[in-house]
Amino acid sequence: MSTDYVIVGSGVAGIAAAETLRAHVPGATITLISEDPAGFYSRPGLAYYLTGVIPDKQLFPQSAEALRALNLKWIQARVERIDTQACCLVLADKRRVPYDRLLLATGARAAAPDFPGGELDGVVTLDTYDDARRLVQRARRGTHAVVVGGGITAVELAEGLHARGCHVHYLLRGARYWANLLDAEESELIEGRLRADGIEIHYHTRIRQAVGTGGRLTAVETESGTQIPCKILAVAIGTRPRLELARTAGLTTDRGILADQFLKTNVPNIFAAGDVAQVYDPLTGQATLDTLWPTARAHGVVAAMNMAGTPMIYQRTVAANVTLLAGLPTTIIGVLGGANDDDLVAIARGNSETWLATVPTWVVVERHDVNRIRLMLGDRAINGALIIGDQTLARPIQRLIDAQADITAIRADLLAPGADVLALLHRFWTEWEAAHGPVS
Amino acid sequence: MSIDRNSLIFDLTRADVLATGQVVPDPPRCVQCGICSYNCPLGLDVRAYAWAGESIADSRCLTCGQCVARCPRGVLHFARIGESI
Ligand SMILES: Cc1cc2nc3c(=O)[nH]c(=O)nc-3n(C[C@H](O)[C@H](O)[C@H](O)COP(=O)(O)OP(=O)(O)OC[C@H]3O[C@@H](n4cnc5c(N)ncnc54)[C@H](O)[C@@H]3O)c2cc1C
Repeated sequence: MSTDYVIVGSGVAGIAAAETLRAHVPGATITLISEDPAGFYSRPGLAYYLTGVIPDKQLFPQSAEALRALNLKWIQARVERIDTQACCLVLADKRRVPYDRLLLATGARAAAPDFPGGELDGVVTLDTYDDARRLVQRARRGTHAVVVGGGITAVELAEGLHARGCHVHYLLRGARYWANLLDAEESELIEGRLRADGIEIHYHTRIRQAVGTGGRLTAVETESGTQIPCKILAVAIGTRPRLELARTAGLTTDRGILADQFLKTNVPNIFAAGDVAQVYDPLTGQATLDTLWPTARAHGVVAAMNMAGTPMIYQRTVAANVTLLAGLPTTIIGVLGGANDDDLVAIARGNSETWLATVPTWVVVERHDVNRIRLMLGDRAINGALIIGDQTLARPIQRLIDAQADITAIRADLLAPGADVLALLHRFWTEWEAAHGPVS
Repeated sequence: MSIDRNSLIFDLTRADVLATGQVVPDPPRCVQCGICSYNCPLGLDVRAYAWAGESIADSRCLTCGQCVARCPRGVLHFARIGESI
C-alpha cells in the first residue's frame, strides 16, 4: 500500500514540500489542504502589488499547468483538528482525511490589533492575496489612512497606501523607526525618505482606540487624546505562528511548533515547516522562529525528504533578508544587536530572531550618499551586516558571515579611523574567494 | 571609493555581455515576486529560473538587463557564461 502524504498549507513551505515529495516518491498520493482560495502566491510580492509595480496576477509563480503537473490532490478547506489517534485530519465541513505522514505548514498571521476598536470595518492587516485586493479597493485617492507598527510590513503598507493616492499617517510608538534593528542614522535615512514622499510620521504616538460609527472606522484616537480622522487603519505590529491545530492535537509548542533538525515534531509522523516551525539549532542549543520566505522554502524541502524516508538535516544558514525599505534595497544579515522596539509585540516580518541577539561587537560604518554598510565585528569574524543601497558587496559579505571567515588580518584596519571599509572588504573578499572557491 | 550603481551592475561592456554574459540568480535572495518576468521584453519567465536556481539559459535572452536592474532584491546579476558569481 502506498503512503498517504498530507500537507496543510499552500504557502512556500507547503509547495516546496509537495515538489520535493513528488520528485522523490513519484507514485505517492500527496494531498495538499489549504483554506486560502488563492492557493500559492508570493506573499512578499503583495507589497509590490500594493505599490502598483506589478499587477495582482503576477503574484502567482506557478501556472495552473505547472501545479497540475505535480499531481496533487488539492483540497480547499480549513483543517479544524488533527486526530492523532486515528491519524486523520478533520476538516471544517467534517470531512476526514487520513494521513500516514503529515506536514504542518500553516504559516503565521499578522498579530491582531492590541487596542479597542480593532473589529471596525476599515481596520486591516496584510497577510493574504485577498487582504491586498481589498486594501487596494479601499485605498481611494485622497483617503486618509493611518499605519501603525514597525518592521518591513508597516513601511510597505505606508508606501503602498501612499502610492495608491492616500494621505498616510505613520504612527511610531517610540522616537524612531525599527529601533531594535537599525541604528539611529539608518532609521533617520528611512524616515527622511518616507517624509519626502509626503508620509506624515507621528513619533511617540500610541493608539488608545479606533473610533467608528455604524461599525465603520472614522478616526484613530491617540493616547494623548488627539483624533486623526481616517477610513483605513493598517496594523502591522508583528506576526504570530498559526498554532491552533498543533496545540489542540497535543504537539509540543513554544512560540512556534517545536521541531528537531529533521523538522519532526514530538508526535510520530507529524512534521512542521515554515513560519510556524520553531526549529532546534544544535549550534546554539536553541529553537528559533523565522518569518522568512527562503527559510520556509528550505524547511519544506528538508521536511519532505524526511517524510519520504531520506534522512536530511536542516542546516540553519545565517538569517538574511533582502528588501526594499523606502525604496532602498536593504540586506540584513546575521546578528545586529539592538534595544527593544516598542512598535512590535512579536517578531517582525521578514525578520529573524537571531538578528536581535546582542553579542559584543564593534560597529564599522561606511556611507555613500544613501549607500551604507554596517558590519558587526566579533573578535575573529563578522557576525552581522546591514547593507543599504548598493548591494554589490552583499553576497560576498553574506558568504564571509556564513563561513565565519577569519578576518583578524583586516580587523584593526577596519576599525581604524577613516578606514576605507569597502576597499578593505573588497580586497579581503577577493583573496578569500580565490582561496575558498566562488559562491555556489 | 565611490559607488556608481550603474557602473557596478553593468560592469561588463554591452558587447561583452552579449557575447559572453548571462543572467544568473542568487536564489536565497528571491521571494518570487515576479517583477523580473513582468519586465522581460521577451516574456521569459525569469522567476522560474530563479526558483530552479539556474542561469537564464534561453537563447532568446537579450541580456538587456531589465530583470537585473528591476529586481528589488538584487537576486539577478550578470556573469560570464560558466561562472557562478
Ligand atoms: C506583506 C508581507 C511581506 C513580507 N516580506 C518578506 C520579505 O521581505 N522577506 C521574506 O523573506 N519574507 C517576507 N514575508 C514573509 C514570508 O512571506 C513568509 O515567511 C512565508 O510566506 C512563509 O511561508 P509558509 O509556507 O511558512 O507560510 P504561509 O505562506 O503563511 O502559508 C500558510 C498556509 O497555511 C494555510 N493554513 C493555515 N492554517 C490552516 C488551516 N487550519 N487549514 C487549512 N489551511 C491552513 C494558509 O491558508 C496558507 O496557505 C512577508 C510576508 C508578508 C505577508
